[in-house]
Amino acid sequence: MTALAAAPARAIRAVGLRKAYGKLVVLDGIDLVVAAGTVFALLGPNGAGKTTTVNILSTLISADGGQVEVAGHDLEREPGAVRAAIGVTGQFSAVDALLSAEENLRLMADLRHLGRHEGPRRVAELLEQFDLVEAARKPVQTFSGGMRRRLDLAMTLVGDPRIIFLDEPTAGLDPRSRRVMWGIIRDLVARGVTIFLTTQYLEEADRLANRIAVLDGGRIVAEGTPDELKRLVPGGHVRLAFADAAALDRAAREFDGAARDDEALTLQVPSDGGLGSLRRLLDRLDGAAIKVNGLSVQTPDLDDVFLSLTSADSDRKVAAR
Amino acid sequence: MNALSTYLADSTTMLRRNGVRMRRYPMIWFIAGIPIVLLLLFVYVFGGTLGAGLGGVAAGRAEYIAYVVPGILLITIAGAAQGTAIAVAMDMAEGIVSRFRTMPISRASVVTGHVLASAAQTMLAVAIVVAVAIAVGFRPTTGPAQWAAAIGLVLLMTLALTWVSVALGLVSKSVETASNLPMPLMLLPFFGSGFVPTASMPEPLRWIAEVQPATPMIEALRGLLLGTPSGSSGPVAVAWCVAITLAGYLWTQRLYEREPAPR
Ligand SMILES: Nc1ncnc2c1ncn2[C@@H]1O[C@H](COP(=O)(O)OP(=O)(O)O)[C@@H](O)[C@H]1O
Ligand SMILES: [Mg+2]
Repeated sequence: MTALAAAPARAIRAVGLRKAYGKLVVLDGIDLVVAAGTVFALLGPNGAGKTTTVNILSTLISADGGQVEVAGHDLEREPGAVRAAIGVTGQFSAVDALLSAEENLRLMADLRHLGRHEGPRRVAELLEQFDLVEAARKPVQTFSGGMRRRLDLAMTLVGDPRIIFLDEPTAGLDPRSRRVMWGIIRDLVARGVTIFLTTQYLEEADRLANRIAVLDGGRIVAEGTPDELKRLVPGGHVRLAFADAAALDRAAREFDGAARDDEALTLQVPSDGGLGSLRRLLDRLDGAAIKVNGLSVQTPDLDDVFLSLTSADSDRKVAAR
Repeated sequence: MNALSTYLADSTTMLRRNGVRMRRYPMIWFIAGIPIVLLLLFVYVFGGTLGAGLGGVAAGRAEYIAYVVPGILLITIAGAAQGTAIAVAMDMAEGIVSRFRTMPISRASVVTGHVLASAAQTMLAVAIVVAVAIAVGFRPTTGPAQWAAAIGLVLLMTLALTWVSVALGLVSKSVETASNLPMPLMLLPFFGSGFVPTASMPEPLRWIAEVQPATPMIEALRGLLLGTPSGSSGPVAVAWCVAITLAGYLWTQRLYEREPAPR
């Protein structure tokens, strides 16, 4: 595993990355650092510039400005060395639809110069691993979306890249295929591969990523671990439901500042959702002899983070029109 | 591996890929079919009259077959160029080409694979057309050395037009454009010595017919296959082929290096 030993601690480093199409500024100076062996998720709404970022980092298109190092190589000066270290599964299917799955993989093995013995061995291994053995000889044209995605990723893995870019790897997949894809990604990480992933799904970023960056309006508007991001947004609370307005009244007096809903007969008490605070809350209700009909705990999720970070901006965009 | 051996290995891989694609989506019958129809049309419908017009003691249909085959071969090559441009434009719209661009492979190999596969397909189409020509009475009169030289010249012409057609395929934003752009190439033999001697044309047209590349190519082929006097057309044809190949090569490399169009 010399490749692993030689891999820099920082798999990807971008400083001041800029890209515009005519007057449309897509990336307005973004900085990114991805540690080797981790999963980094670039999260953003449609049109935020996720694909543009992946295309630049994977040498497909050039940036207008900024400095990027991938696998320790400067993107501008040594694109060949960068390409040798990376694998890319783009947003759009990158398979040859006229070839079979096996032929597609063989093509990759030949282009990676794996040789007469290693090539077929690797192809067979990947067909097995990605559950494509039965479909190996069928033309890709007949494949379902999930099969295509799996083949797409298998093709990316032929050369054992140490850094893999996945642009919306589960977009358009059914829940089962999505879970399969998550499993594959976790396996890769377990083997020390660095994953740069883009997604519109918060759940996906939450489940897979070590760090998440939120891209909006051409800038990184937040960056951190999933927990750090969640902490950015207050909003955890306990929701109490009551049998009648009288109980609600008394509870509202007890918990000053809690949000009450007279129609639903509920009260939202701010809370971190932890067991200790929950117990104290129940003790207080007991002490005041207030009868509670129901209780639910709400913790903030990435949805809250995402909305609070990006919605203000889209409001601004709407207003500007 | 050094750059050259990488280029050769990757080009071979790309050639194989394009070969498979051609078998799955065959265009060869379409490519050979058009010149065969033209050949039969010119031999059986126009051949009697046009042959008489060639002059000579007993000129007729048989003489016209001999006269028209070199022009038909050039049309075959030009028609195949259209197929090439279409295939390249279709391929560039496929995601796999984006994948190639992010892989550590020889950049030029993608285009070279197309050129080699298309050139092989074109030579196959030429062979089919020659077989049909012989079946309807085409009788080359020269020896094996001239045959070999004729095959060499057809190969040079094929490479030249193939590089250009790959470039036309790359420059096209749609498959439709790619199928239209090479059309003028098909017309060149008509505005040259492909079907009638240039001497029979009115003055300005005749001048164009004599300087455009199709005429020396056709005259050189005629000289090699039928022993007609071809003057300097051999070297001139080769020079045209080399120049067109070089221009096509440089153009394709530039086009392929362009940033991919948005999808
Ligand atoms: N080649 C291009 N030419 C012009 N505009 C483009 C091009 N590629 C992307 N864009 C625009 O840049 C913005 C970002 O696109 P993209 O990176 O694909 O976003 P995302 O992947 O986050 O959905 C969009 O507004 C898109 O229309
Ligand atoms: Mg995208």
